[in-house]
Amino acid sequence: MKAPKFNYIRAESRQQALELLDQLGEDGRILAGGQSLMPTLNMRLSQPGTLIDINKVTDLSGITLEDGIVRIGAMTRHVEVANSPIIAENLPLIAEAMQHVAHHAVRNRGTIGGSIALADPAAEMPACVLALGATLVVESINGRREIAAEDYFKGLYETARAANELLVEILIPAEKSDNVSVFLELAQRHGDFAMAGLACVARVSNKTFEELRLVYFGSEDRPTLGAGAIAAVVGQTWSAECKEAAANALADDLDPMTNLQGSAAMKLHLQKVLTGRALDAAIERAEAV
Amino acid sequence: MNKETPLTLLDKPNSYVGRTLSRDAAKRAVAGRGRYTDDIMPARTLHAAFVRSPYGHAKILSIDVEAAKQQQGVALVMTGAELAEMCTGPWVGTLVCFDGMKSEPQHPMAIDRACWQGEPVVMVVATSRAEAEDAAELVTVEYEELPVVIDKETALDPGTPIIHPNLGDNLAFEKTIETGDVEKAVAEADIVIEDTFTFGRHTAVSLEPRALLAEYDPGTERLTIHTSSQCPHMIQAVFARTLGVPEHNVRIVAPDVGGSFGLKIHTFGDEIAATAAAIKLARPVKFIADRLESFATDIHARENRVKGRIAVTKEGIITSMDIDVRSGAGAYSQYPRTSVFEANQILNITGGPYAHENYRASTQVVYLNKVPTSQYRAVGHPIGNTVGESLVDQAAAACGIDPMEFRRRNVMRDDSYPRISAAGIEMRDLSHQQCLETLVDRMGYDALLEEQAEYRKKGIQRGIGIAAFIKGTAPGPAGYYGAGGAPISSQDSCTIKLEPSGGVICMVGVTDQGQGVDTVMGQIAAATLGIPMESVRVIEGDTDAVPYGGGTYASRATAIGGEATYQAAMMLRAEILEIAGVLLQAEPDTLDILDGHVVDKGDSASRISLAEIGRIGHFQVAELPNHIQHTLSATYRFRLKDALYIFTNGIQGAYVEVDTDTGFIKLLNHWVIEDCGRVINPQLADEQVRGGCVQGLGGALYEECVYDSAGQLQNATLADYLVPMAGEMPDIEVAHIQTHTGVSELGAKGVGESGTGAAPAVVMNAVNDAIRPFGGKVTAQPMSPETILKALGKV
Ligand SMILES: Cc1cc2nc3c(=O)[nH]c(=O)nc-3n(C[C@H](O)[C@H](O)[C@H](O)COP(=O)(O)OP(=O)(O)OC[C@H]3O[C@@H](n4cnc5c(N)ncnc54)[C@H](O)[C@@H]3O)c2cc1C
Repeated sequence: MKAPKFNYIRAESRQQALELLDQLGEDGRILAGGQSLMPTLNMRLSQPGTLIDINKVTDLSGITLEDGIVRIGAMTRHVEVANSPIIAENLPLIAEAMQHVAHHAVRNRGTIGGSIALADPAAEMPACVLALGATLVVESINGRREIAAEDYFKGLYETARAANELLVEILIPAEKSDNVSVFLELAQRHGDFAMAGLACVARVSNKTFEELRLVYFGSEDRPTLGAGAIAAVVGQTWSAECKEAAANALADDLDPMTNLQGSAAMKLHLQKVLTGRALDAAIERAEAV
Repeated sequence: MNKETPLTLLDKPNSYVGRTLSRDAAKRAVAGRGRYTDDIMPARTLHAAFVRSPYGHAKILSIDVEAAKQQQGVALVMTGAELAEMCTGPWVGTLVCFDGMKSEPQHPMAIDRACWQGEPVVMVVATSRAEAEDAAELVTVEYEELPVVIDKETALDPGTPIIHPNLGDNLAFEKTIETGDVEKAVAEADIVIEDTFTFGRHTAVSLEPRALLAEYDPGTERLTIHTSSQCPHMIQAVFARTLGVPEHNVRIVAPDVGGSFGLKIHTFGDEIAATAAAIKLARPVKFIADRLESFATDIHARENRVKGRIAVTKEGIITSMDIDVRSGAGAYSQYPRTSVFEANQILNITGGPYAHENYRASTQVVYLNKVPTSQYRAVGHPIGNTVGESLVDQAAAACGIDPMEFRRRNVMRDDSYPRISAAGIEMRDLSHQQCLETLVDRMGYDALLEEQAEYRKKGIQRGIGIAAFIKGTAPGPAGYYGAGGAPISSQDSCTIKLEPSGGVICMVGVTDQGQGVDTVMGQIAAATLGIPMESVRVIEGDTDAVPYGGGTYASRATAIGGEATYQAAMMLRAEILEIAGVLLQAEPDTLDILDGHVVDKGDSASRISLAEIGRIGHFQVAELPNHIQHTLSATYRFRLKDALYIFTNGIQGAYVEVDTDTGFIKLLNHWVIEDCGRVINPQLADEQVRGGCVQGLGGALYEECVYDSAGQLQNATLADYLVPMAGEMPDIEVAHIQTHTGVSELGAKGVGESGTGAAPAVVMNAVNDAIRPFGGKVTAQPMSPETILKALGKV
């Protein structure tokens, strides 16, 4: 478990990182927090020729709020997101989800950009940005490109980001004050990648879901919108029947992967359970406001 | 404490024995000053990496090492055939005490055929581990895949390939023990319960992996090996014999050892290979297993399927038990302790707390194309206890009797020892009844039952589990190793010396892996001699320094090594008092030692210090009469006489909550009442029990080495092989009943495995209690969410 030889370049600026990415093509690999990349190097699962370290590119990190849009730099560490008052106030879904991301040591190094660039199917941040209708901003020497979260996640560890593009920031509309959000996940040990999980954002009035987004992760090859389940619930007064209809619709929304954590059937079952629980919680939270 | 036990020096007020003291090594470890094998870096050290079989079973057609040899930094590339030339012969992992057992001879690295994925095939030695790994990637091995045997159930079926054709079949060992008349008991019983239990493969996952640094000096022909080991003398014997180096020229040093759990009582081919490289190159060679290698080559354990049956009267009295165990070993029987111990131990201990007299237990241990299996903490006990205690619970439910009450009616009575168990083993000094009543009290059993009922009304499913257990500790010479032919000592010794300064050096054969064995030995020595702890230095883990001994395994260090230390200290004490008597013109038996000074019995005024005795005894011997020729040192060697083990006993309780929609189990509370005889250091004993429980809970809930049908290990990382973490673990309340063992004066029994042995049983019983109203029942471990959901019919 020693990494094969590789070159290492510490980019001093965003521009330098973009130039290196362009020159090196597939052979170059961005090093952000290293929490996912380093293990794959040590296990010789990937053998990039050159690591481009962006840890010193200061304008890639930070959290700001402008015109109702929260802007999170790609190099912002999980710990900063977790502790940010801007996030707590404007993106409670992300604040809630952060509690499930790994452990302290990993959160101190790992970055939100790394998580979204990698697109692990069981990671929390990709599901959150899809649920919140975020825009992912990538840049290459040819310029800047904005990709809607819907169009970004393409498959297992596959995204719409091109090899010469750097993920630079994530733009997320602040959650509206009359919205509620709920984040649920099941992992056998706290901090593990999810077996099944769900990010839910809703507008509820009078026990009725007026708007709803349900994004599933852990079970699918990418964060997945539960279109059928949403349709079964929106406009309906929340009830046991409604809960069952949402669960039933999920069978068509999802196509769970069997892996060591369990069978596809179990994961579908868990997502159904989480759906009911998340919607119950959404109603409860809406009433508490 | 047992009323019949006479008071000894150890029972004095303020004795170090029975007192919590922190471990010496803990202070160094938290200061970052631990010194593990990998921290030792002699000049010119080389590093070994291995090309390992990527297949579960394959013929090796050709090996091309030329490209690897050309790599920068590479000092040696060695194949299995080349290594075999440096060895006296292959290992055969059998012991004569296991009648009829067979195993194929095994070379340290595969030669013509690899029989499990991960078996070493070629060793590369280079100036760094990274360079060795780079070069290893350039070795080309041509394989022809052979059919694999993966499923233990079909391993003996006609038509299943035979892994080692010379053996005639895939059977390693079979055995049946039978006492009384099980069939008659079953025929006459009011209720008979039968069930089948399955257990996944586990591995030990010590924090510090296997590690070895071998140095050979061609000038003195001495071989020195620093290695993360529990048994330096066994390593000395096996390595000397395998590599043809005289045993007395081999020095084994176990520096700080970061956990072991049985893993480090075995010998591994890659370690022999690295040592051979050190001899061949006359340079230090280091091999540190990385985490991938640990999963793929450390011994595995626990893969068993057990069919069990219990017969009871309607009054709730057990009349018989019988079990049939199919045990899945690896491709070879592990040398030198074998791969059949676990199954044998399951036969020994299942149903062990109970007084029934009809018992039949049989096993077949079969070879599979997987990593070899062997001893791992609480060998066999998690399985035997789970089977026995689940059957007991099911029988209690069938009788309509509370499971605590059912056990109360069936455990061996505290006043009935010595006696022979249904498995034919002598039991003495046990306390099942006292432990059970203590558990009732500690759990607040009746209140807990009420609380559970209240939660049920709210739709929250909580379960209460109970599991009584016995635990074989400190095996004696009549048992397996010495008698079985392996070079493993079942006695242990202590040499203790008074230094001129009045300080004491205490050298013991037992070893420390982080549990505090050295501190415990120091406490015994200090208490016996009447000196401050600071005056004692304990030396362990160095075959050049310590008297011959078995080391630490099978919960033996305190029970065996502790008695040796106590007796050696008593001998040294007698010498000191004799010299003091001469110098003070007093009868030695009127004198005592208190805080490093000889005093008159019952008085605390110093008459002469131990420093003065040390000074005179070593430098001014002319002051002593000629007949006083004391060496101011003593050695005592302790062994059991006829007993197979010093058995201990106890009972565990668990309180869990099961989410019946998700199959998730929450561990709420856990209790262990156990009887390890005399407790030397309460905190260390408690933490052994707690750590042991956690390891058992890991196996019950999370851990499994998963193989696919081609013999590929699927989860050789800590991301995929889940070990328990603090966040999910319950509080574990521990209490000790102290029935001293009659086989030693110290009275201590083993404690290190008692948590592990019954934790899986008690948590499975608790889970089944929680889901019983839904008709669910789990009999497979690990109890993953999917296992629970399936038991509930939800997926
Ligand atoms: C024990 C452990 C537990 C974990 N548990 C969780 C968990 O529960 N949930 C979870 O979400 N994650 C978990 N992680 C992963 C962790 O959150 C990672 O830090 C994260 O997924 C990747 O972020 P990073 O900054 O470390 O990226 P790196 O490891 O540095 O990079 C990951 C990949 O993304 C690429 N990359 C990184 N940044 C950019 C960028 N700005 N533009 C383009 N490409 C980029 C890299 O080239 C690389 O391919 C865990 C990790 C560990 C070690």
